[in-house]
Amino acid sequence: MAKELLKGNNAIAEAAIRAGVEAYFGYPITPQTELLEHMAARMPALGRTFVQAESEVAAINMVYGAACTGKRVMTTSSSPGVSLMMEGLSYIAGTEVPMVLVNVMRGGPGLGNIAPSQADYHQMVHGGGHGDYHPIVLAPASVQEAIDITVLAFDLAEKYRTIAVVLADGSIGQMMEPAELPPMAELKKHLPHWAVTGEPGRARRLLTSIYLNPDDEEVTNMRLLNRWMSIRENEVRWKEYFLEDAEYVVVGFGTAGRVALSAVRAARAEGIKVGLFRPITLSPFPEAQLKEIAAVSEGMLVVEMNAGQMLDDVKLATEGLLPVEFYGRLGGVVPFPDEILGEIKRLAAGPIPNQNGHARQRWLERLALIKERD
Amino acid sequence: MINPLPNTHTQVVYQRPKSLTTAVTHYCPGCTHGVSQRLVAEVLDEMGLREKAIGVASVGCSVFAYNYFDVDFVEAAHGRAPAMATGIKRVFPDRTVFTYQGDGDLASIGMAEVMHAAARGENITIIFINNAIYGMTGGQMAPTTLPGMKTTSSPLGRDIEMTGMPIRMAELLSKMDGSSFVVRRSLHDATNIRKAKKAIRTAFEVQQQGLGFSLVELLSTCPTNWDLTPNEALSFVEEKMIPYFELGDYKVADAVKALKL
Repeated sequence: MAKELLKGNNAIAEAAIRAGVEAYFGYPITPQTELLEHMAARMPALGRTFVQAESEVAAINMVYGAACTGKRVMTTSSSPGVSLMMEGLSYIAGTEVPMVLVNVMRGGPGLGNIAPSQADYHQMVHGGGHGDYHPIVLAPASVQEAIDITVLAFDLAEKYRTIAVVLADGSIGQMMEPAELPPMAELKKHLPHWAVTGEPGRARRLLTSIYLNPDDEEVTNMRLLNRWMSIRENEVRWKEYFLEDAEYVVVGFGTAGRVALSAVRAARAEGIKVGLFRPITLSPFPEAQLKEIAAVSEGMLVVEMNAGQMLDDVKLATEGLLPVEFYGRLGGVVPFPDEILGEIKRLAAGPIPNQNGHARQRWLERLALIKERD
Repeated sequence: MINPLPNTHTQVVYQRPKSLTTAVTHYCPGCTHGVSQRLVAEVLDEMGLREKAIGVASVGCSVFAYNYFDVDFVEAAHGRAPAMATGIKRVFPDRTVFTYQGDGDLASIGMAEVMHAAARGENITIIFINNAIYGMTGGQMAPTTLPGMKTTSSPLGRDIEMTGMPIRMAELLSKMDGSSFVVRRSLHDATNIRKAKKAIRTAFEVQQQGLGFSLVELLSTCPTNWDLTPNEALSFVEEKMIPYFELGDYKVADAVKALKL
């Protein structure tokens, strides 16, 4: 198929359709609404299920029901709506049924705004709902990657009977780029052995997240954990740019990673040996890969559109092997490449000044100076 | 065997419906959950739906309903059973999908889900158990608790100045255009139990015919949390609950009337 000019939200929706999603349940919220609208236009025409639910709470529980039938199902929302889905996500995790969630993040907390943000990193990557579980979280940095990741998310969700999250932000959802959609996949012909399908001639099936006996719940938790260990083993994904000879490494995901790439290119043009490490799976996090890179680099700069949420994971992964600095913009503000370029230059000017305190504290102080200067 | 009757003269008049498992229920003595679940199971048997039904259990005393029905089951989050049932029914329209929910589940935390399922005319059947109290958590005030009724969270009796009046779900749901069959029955004596079964049968027929949302509200007992004997509890339903929660057919759509069941 040829490339066409596609808006991120529409591209994700169409990618899901072509990946064989059979049921979509959602609720309008900016900046992901085109996704719902695309589904509303396409799904009934294909004889598939589309329901605009009365709330995100209902939408995720409709997903829960449909997921129990073993068919490919999804919902999409943006930050405040995803918060409302946390109950259902925990039940879905506990019941071990696959589903895909797309979170097109916006500024928060609270009602916040509709500008692009990455402030739901902790909520998505480190759980969100109650109980001990890990979803797979994939972060696209372009419309094409959003398409590819959406298709992948369905495969991974099914392979591991887990929740797979496409964690985009408002700019990925709203931007238009040339991208190529996959061909239309055939719908699943065979439903899994655990699916609740109301079929004659077999023993009844039950799907639940309740294990009243703590020993049984522990067995379930161990099963979830073992599956998660296998995911960590096999499904870590990332992209590297200019790392071969890099002395300094910028780490950023999604839109922040993309803006950072522009800054890295500009720094390279000035002769600074800097590269970019862009995690695609935020969960499982590319810990081993980052540690390897940390062992051979001089310093790291984590760039995010939040107050340093992935920063904590980078610091854990790199085990103090090198100085880790941070630069972020908050509340729906997208950093300019020049801001990040300034931070790269500061890092590369070496020796890295003032390593006392936390990288977040140092960034706050620098940010105050930058804002004053502007 | 002592003194068996000759086989030629025996006739099975009462046995466990195939749609019930052999599990011993966790329900308290005198609770009518056992009655209502048996009625649903009998109807599933009689209509030949056991192997094409998918049940959705709720949260509360009915949480373990899935252990007692020998049909495919899922277990919903508190109040969300109608949403979960919607998800299942939309991808499997030819299956028989039903929820079994109590009054705390349906009339309090699950109010939005049930109202919107009705508004959509969702082709599902809801068995709604109204015993005017939260049973599983030990007898707290429900949205259906009667005025003045003592519960652990209304120890001086339900104060309607502070908590409002009980919610009459059948009446409320009957106002939704998407509702096709909404009735209230009681389980306090044999006559009413027979009427309840007939209503449950009709509700499943409505779904079979694709006529939309059907709900049977069943006035039920909770002797343990009402602090009454089983017999007193049955009288409580008759004397205290029915005057407020009047029995009747609140919505029978023309298409349902035309079924002539």
